[in-house]
Amino acid sequence: MTATAEMTAPVLTAKDFANEQEVRWCPGCGDYSILKQVQTILPQIGIARENIVVVSGIGCSSRFPYYMNTYGMHSIHGRATAIASGLKAARPELSVWIVSGDGDSLSIGGNHTIHLLRRNFNVNLLLFNNQIYGLTKGQYSPTSEENKVTKSSPAGSLDHPFNPAALALGADATFIARSMDRDPKHLQQMLLRANAHHGASFLEIYQNCNIFNDGAFEIFTEKSSKAEEALFLEQGQPLIFGANKDKGIRLNGHKPEIVKLGEGFNADDLWIHDEKDFFKAQILVRLFDNPHSAEHFPRPFGVFFETQRASYEDAMAMQIDEFTAKKGKGNLDKLLQGNETWEID
Amino acid sequence: MSVPTQVVEDVVIKFAGDSGDGMQLTGTQFTNNTALIGNDLSTFPDYPAEIRAPLGTVAGVSGFQVHFSSQRVYTPGDSCDVLVAMNAAALKVNIKTTKKGGIIILNLDGFDSKNLRLAGYADGVNPLNDDSLQGFEVYKIDVTKLTREALTDISGLGVKEKDRAKNMFVLGFIYWLYNRDLQTTIAFLEDKFGKKPDIFNSNVLALKAGYNYGDTIEAFTTRYKVEKAKLPSGKYRSITGNTAVAYGLLAASEQSGLPLFLGTYPITPATDILHDLSKFKNFGVKTFQAEDEIAGITSAIGASYGGSLGITTTSGPGMALKGEAMGLAVILEIPLVIINIQRGGPSTGLPTKTEQSDLFQAYYGRNGECPMPIVSASTPSDCFDAVFEAVRIAVQHMTPVIFLSDGYIANGAEPWKFPQTKDLKKIEVSFKKELAEGETKLRPYKRDEKGVRPWIVPGTAGLEHRIGGLEKEDETGNVSYDSENHQIMVKNREAKVNNIADYIPLQTLDSGPEQGDVLVLGWGSTYGAIKSAVAELQGKGKSVAHAHLRYVRPFPKNLGEMMKNYKQVLIPEINNGQLIKIIKAEYLVNAKGYNKIKGTPISRAELVGAIEELF
Repeated sequence: MTATAEMTAPVLTAKDFANEQEVRWCPGCGDYSILKQVQTILPQIGIARENIVVVSGIGCSSRFPYYMNTYGMHSIHGRATAIASGLKAARPELSVWIVSGDGDSLSIGGNHTIHLLRRNFNVNLLLFNNQIYGLTKGQYSPTSEENKVTKSSPAGSLDHPFNPAALALGADATFIARSMDRDPKHLQQMLLRANAHHGASFLEIYQNCNIFNDGAFEIFTEKSSKAEEALFLEQGQPLIFGANKDKGIRLNGHKPEIVKLGEGFNADDLWIHDEKDFFKAQILVRLFDNPHSAEHFPRPFGVFFETQRASYEDAMAMQIDEFTAKKGKGNLDKLLQGNETWEID
Repeated sequence: MSVPTQVVEDVVIKFAGDSGDGMQLTGTQFTNNTALIGNDLSTFPDYPAEIRAPLGTVAGVSGFQVHFSSQRVYTPGDSCDVLVAMNAAALKVNIKTTKKGGIIILNLDGFDSKNLRLAGYADGVNPLNDDSLQGFEVYKIDVTKLTREALTDISGLGVKEKDRAKNMFVLGFIYWLYNRDLQTTIAFLEDKFGKKPDIFNSNVLALKAGYNYGDTIEAFTTRYKVEKAKLPSGKYRSITGNTAVAYGLLAASEQSGLPLFLGTYPITPATDILHDLSKFKNFGVKTFQAEDEIAGITSAIGASYGGSLGITTTSGPGMALKGEAMGLAVILEIPLVIINIQRGGPSTGLPTKTEQSDLFQAYYGRNGECPMPIVSASTPSDCFDAVFEAVRIAVQHMTPVIFLSDGYIANGAEPWKFPQTKDLKKIEVSFKKELAEGETKLRPYKRDEKGVRPWIVPGTAGLEHRIGGLEKEDETGNVSYDSENHQIMVKNREAKVNNIADYIPLQTLDSGPEQGDVLVLGWGSTYGAIKSAVAELQGKGKSVAHAHLRYVRPFPKNLGEMMKNYKQVLIPEINNGQLIKIIKAEYLVNAKGYNKIKGTPISRAELVGAIEELF
């Protein structure tokens, strides 16, 4: 059951998805890379430009639709998810992409985000997480680490941060993945996977704000530390990381633990990634340690979890069909008349 | 024994009891039965905000007033001829609006010491034993005992369940008193309880027992009958305001060819519209019960953007939450209808009581220069035509439109000479599908002669474009922070809304002379009270006219001129004076207000008094 438009489109390139608008993000912003990767993969998904709609809320990331040569709406703060829900319910055949940030999707729009995920509209939610409020010039966000010193928290923030992947899983999202602006190949793969999933695809993208929160994800993205700190998930493969590919994660009962390969353990002893396993996903999303603490797990990137569940708009269409088949097509005159009438001469 | 029947012209009955006594159902059944015999009628359900308010207390009283007549009826009536009180609290609340000499039917069981205490009667005081009911025709019936006796043969139900049929006993008795047929209610019960034979049988037995009780006791010496009303000829049904809104939206969807999408969140007293529309799936209607009021309106904006007829329904507190999204719809310039079934405010206020106090909110309740057309409904059946107009304006002028109704007409019922589909106007809508000849580049905010931009929906090849909540450049729609441009766009959006005045009918008088002493100008649910008050004074030879606004923004073009033809203008409202301030600001008219803010409709009598004071 696929509701997305499959039109025979002419062969397009990334350029066809760019327009003449001047891109106005700060030089060096991670958003540029994400825009480029999206424009790169769209020609590959075989959907005509006119059937793609990018909906955004408010924040730096939410300027995204203006730079796309598709249909788009830059809406109001936090509500892109709800607008996309209505659009998708009304027009299931459209390919709908939601572009949002950590403030937009997890703070002011947190409610709509969890409801979009549980309802499972077939949309792609790209959550640009830079752990800061950029457009308002630097206040802590709901994903900022504790004790964050910003303009609104000069003595350090008191808020405990959200773990977005765990939140999405808690909301019964059917597709949960994480990627980063600085790894174009991985990001492209994840965008394609998100698009291929029929249902609400939750893709968290670590995005560097070089003005107000520079280097927030450096430890995962820089060559010098990436191999040790980032764990790339691959379906059916053991969880291995490290510059020498010599470390792995195994499950000791329900407890994950880091082991050294060759020192009493080999790849067969490791946790084999299975993105269909809901229970393993519960553990995987919790590998969310502070990377600067003494002992910590590497941060996973890739698809944490994917499952199939009817999308809301498909279920809605089916219910209408079934109801119509049972009751017959509605007749307005009969309805207006009702069951009880009387005549006045 | 046969009791003689007396023909009467006009009757108001009030059914009152605990909120668990089934008074709303009893009232609705009596109303349907009344409608079917061809009386004109108007109803006023009045109930507490709690589902089961404290038993036996004054706060827990639920009432249903029905006014029926062989003459035209415009209000549920100021006071009742017949009061049915199921307990002491119901009597206490309603005795002051029962006519002297009227009939009071009391359920004896509801006047024991406990009920008297809960109703707040002083120790030892019992209205059944003192002289407080002197001047009324009082009938004390032990409804509980009689109902139980009638149901002795039903073995499958306990006493508590049997007692639930008490309201049917009362209904049966009133049917007897007004010479009615039981069949409509039996058919209703069969539909509702057909699958639960014990409950069905107990209700029917109680109904018949109540009817037969009237026949057998000799207390009543007269039965009554109200002849068919002299309404314009045609086929009628009974309708409430909220159902009329649902039907009007569906009709507008069919007549415009736009699929209907309702994004909403349940809120009293608007929820019934969701209930109704969610039944119409075989018309292709999509209803979406969103996670909150904001998602209700924003999902509707998404649907409108996609080319559907986007609707959201709510009441005052929900309107407050939707404010920012309304602003988005205004700046996007896309169609949307926001339905506000007003209730008492501010904040949670009086959820089940009526008020017209959201007019300022509709006019001004958004950030920035944010004009929106406002359409209001004046009676339950008028909701159909008014909401149809709201849709027409929204889709033909590319603007969100606010539709105002209120709890009084939303829940109230009246006869409706329903239209045939073939008599409904078409609502012409067109989407822009391609560039026009000579047009080299799409200008999504280029306006036509009405000041309206084209509606372009995703999926239209070659017209891809971006819209948003940032100020946009004139015509191109590109983001613009240019100061000159902002002023142009503010004026453009205002002109677009003002231009609607060219596409709505001129204001007409409902009754009265074209020039004279007093014009009573109303809007919304005060229609019936104004109409009957003005008619009474016209009957006394007073020079008084009545005009009732459907279009509250923009006003009909001739409104200012019309007001100049009278020495005085009176504006009655169920609020602290809102339309009057707008009218004064717009037309510099020295209008006077009559304002009631008690959560109840304005009565005919008090309005007659207010108008007479002007002479």
